[in-house]
Amino acid sequence: MREAFDQWQFVIAAYAIGAAGIAALLGHSLWAMRRAERRRDSIIGRSAKRNG
Amino acid sequence: MHGFANPARFLRMARWLMPLCLLAGLLLALPALAWGVGFGPADRLQGDSVRILYLHVPCAWLGMMGWSGIAVASFTEIVWRHPLAAVAARALALPGAVFTALCLVTGSLWGRPAWGTWWVWDGRLTSMLVLLFLYFAYMALAHAADDSQEGAPARLPAIFGLVGAVNLPIIHYSVLWWNSLHQPPSITAAVISGKSAMAADFLVPLLVGTLGFSLLFGGVVLARMRMLLANAQAEARLRRKAMAATTSTEAF
Repeated sequence: MREAFDQWQFVIAAYAIGAAGIAALLGHSLWAMRRAERRRDSIIGRSAKRNG
Repeated sequence: MHGFANPARFLRMARWLMPLCLLAGLLLALPALAWGVGFGPADRLQGDSVRILYLHVPCAWLGMMGWSGIAVASFTEIVWRHPLAAVAARALALPGAVFTALCLVTGSLWGRPAWGTWWVWDGRLTSMLVLLFLYFAYMALAHAADDSQEGAPARLPAIFGLVGAVNLPIIHYSVLWWNSLHQPPSITAAVISGKSAMAADFLVPLLVGTLGFSLLFGGVVLARMRMLLANAQAEARLRRKAMAATTSTEAF
């Protein structure tokens, strides 16, 4: 006896996992970049202010 | 190429190139995926499960391209000591690992309806899993090298990046060298011979999607390089301030 698959369940699962993974990667990379650049700018800004 | 090794020049370029890559990548990848899933034909033998192809193949391509990039950047770091080479290699690691993991998961989800099994320990699947572990090891090694105060193991990740590239031809030729449930290469064979093993209905959206995913990958790598450079600049400024404070304390 052969198992009958609903192939769309596998397609939907693959795309859901793919979309979530890529969105998480994209979101994390952009968020980490913004945070690092804000931190750098605040450190450089602070020391520039201190030096007059 | 040497001109782009200047971090200030690179940052100026990355500021406009990164959003351009991300936007162009989305504009190419999303319609290609939508066409493949919603409008493209089902396969005669595999049915609708073949639609996973449009996600699985770009993920596999980028998993391998990520490590190729690490190997090239590592070679550049060792031979020419470009200041950006180590940054580029580190920025490639996480996106490469994510796409390799997605390749394995989507492949498993495709394998169940197509082959009747989630996983087999054959050459292609196992070498791809080894690639994922290589990414994890590279990230751990790079993290340890960056945290090290001595600076001695700073080139260790670069050596590891070069040695790990041995796995890439194994992945590519595994389906030819060993018996496998996985199909033999069809896209590279089509490019070399000019005769496609795939109908244009499948091949065109696949190539457009792969180009889109590659641009997205490039945008993510540029964003991560900007993050690493910003962190390095902030740390350098803090170190200079700490040294200046120590010197002025000693003067008193």
